[in-house]
Amino acid sequence: MTPGSWLERQRSLLDYTLSSLARRPAKNLALVTVYALVVFAVASGLFLGEALRAEATAALQGAPDVVVQRLQAGRHDLIAAGEVERLAAIRGVERAVGRRWGYLYRPSSRANLTVMVPERFWGGDGEAVIGEGVARVEQVGVGETLRLEASSGESFDVKVREVLPPGTALFTTDLLLLSEASFLRLFGGGPDRFTDIALQVPNAREISKVAEKVLQLLPGSRAITRLEMARTYQSIFDWRGGLVMALLSTALLAFALVAWDKAAGLSAEERREIGILKAIGWDVSDVLLVKLQEGAVISGAAFTLGAVGAYLHVFLGSAGLFAPVLEGWSTLAPRLHLTPAIDGLQLATLFFLTVVPYTAATVVPAWRSATADPDAVMR
Amino acid sequence: MSALIEARELRRVFHQGRSDQVEAVKGVSLSIAAGQVTVLRGPSGSGKTSLLALLGAMARPTSGRIFLGERELTSLPERFLTEERRRTFGFVFQQFNLVPGLSARENVMLPALPLGHPRAGLARRAGALLERFGVAHRAAARADRLSGGEAQRVAIARALINEPAVIIADEPTANLDSVLSGVFMELVGTLRASGKTIIVASHDPLVYESPLVDRVISMRDGRLEEPAP
Repeated sequence: MTPGSWLERQRSLLDYTLSSLARRPAKNLALVTVYALVVFAVASGLFLGEALRAEATAALQGAPDVVVQRLQAGRHDLIAAGEVERLAAIRGVERAVGRRWGYLYRPSSRANLTVMVPERFWGGDGEAVIGEGVARVEQVGVGETLRLEASSGESFDVKVREVLPPGTALFTTDLLLLSEASFLRLFGGGPDRFTDIALQVPNAREISKVAEKVLQLLPGSRAITRLEMARTYQSIFDWRGGLVMALLSTALLAFALVAWDKAAGLSAEERREIGILKAIGWDVSDVLLVKLQEGAVISGAAFTLGAVGAYLHVFLGSAGLFAPVLEGWSTLAPRLHLTPAIDGLQLATLFFLTVVPYTAATVVPAWRSATADPDAVMR
Repeated sequence: MSALIEARELRRVFHQGRSDQVEAVKGVSLSIAAGQVTVLRGPSGSGKTSLLALLGAMARPTSGRIFLGERELTSLPERFLTEERRRTFGFVFQQFNLVPGLSARENVMLPALPLGHPRAGLARRAGALLERFGVAHRAAARADRLSGGEAQRVAIARALINEPAVIIADEPTANLDSVLSGVFMELVGTLRASGKTIIVASHDPLVYESPLVDRVISMRDGRLEEPAP
């Protein structure tokens, strides 16, 4: 018979590949399932880490350019209200605002709340605005009261005016916003002292210079720039992400060994089939193309299933499986509603670390059999 | 009659240089005429299968030369040898070697898949071959569910799909009863009548004593008992 068209040849060989895969359904389904699970786990880690970093970066857009804290014996201490005006006078500083915040441990719920006085509190005295997590663990809603125990031993109630929206949960889940009076009643101290002072510096190039001037003006204080805060956030996510990736890479390695073992050794049945194909006139390139397609179909399907599953898990399922390891720093874990953010390079790396080696591992033993005499392979 | 295949001093050694070395073919020279039915006769282990593999370009000899017409096969690169296997030879193996899981029709189509012919035409052609050998009703059956006789006829149809000039069959009646062996010889007669060259390895008298056979070559211990012509 004379040769036909190239396209028809590809179609015929692809048909053969698919029928060949269908002939070993149990083995191939098991392989795709395990493979997809590994990709799912690793991709979930990558997607979640990337999404958290993107959230952190977005949230820091509204953070102060410089935060000034007083240090006492190397520890953070309250700073005098009078320093606000001195810091505001530094050239390049547009605004200086004293802030009040602290932490409150709640033995009843075993949660640590972050208590803050916002610059412009929209509630009244005796009212509170709370994060989603606080509402959850304290089991309170709008209009209900929350009993607080002050450092003096006195207890008082605040009425919940508002629960912050879930979209901000990553940074507000453990928040308890109070009026200045309620804050001072809770923690003591006087109106002449702040927790720290936030500076607004419109020109980003002047931020580091302003930080230097702060240290000259207030020896024994520290000035934290937004860039440093961003680095801290990034390192927290990188560390947590690294932890997960280290765990998952073990799974990936285990899978690689299993996959290599599976792919590198052809079964007697598969070797015989290659021998038959060669004996009836198939070229080495025909056999290799079929094996390449087999490897690509299995690994491609597994990668797609794993990656799509991971996307759904992280961005629609709020990363339920990995969130406890990766998410925020509070004891009140936020319910995550992450905006999809994917690093294409990471995904491409994962693709090349899974699909390419598997496909290659499938082709190598087939090549060994296909280049031998058909008679020898069938024997 | 002109020689289609000529072998000169063929040797085939397995596991050469090792303690379990076996010399299956020991300096065989012979020629096969076109359009004839040639039977290699001999007991098991006499080297018939190894010689068939060499003559059909399925294996390379340890030494010696094979010519297909004017062309020497032994020195051909693998790609051209594949081309000869595809174009010139059709194999019917002792165990039939159908691919299990594929249907009878798909097995028949298999040798032609890499040629890139439209699938529909190929399926029609495979169907016609199955019809010719009386197994059209089993076209959709999986190869591993065919009886011995059916599997053999499917294997013959597969050997013919690329219209080869030479059909090589290794112990074709070894797994068949006498009735089906008779049917096989009828098929050989049909193929001979259509001008095919047929080489059969067999130690079945029903084959080598058949009036359809033009020539019987006896083998023993890797050598020919009859001097090469």
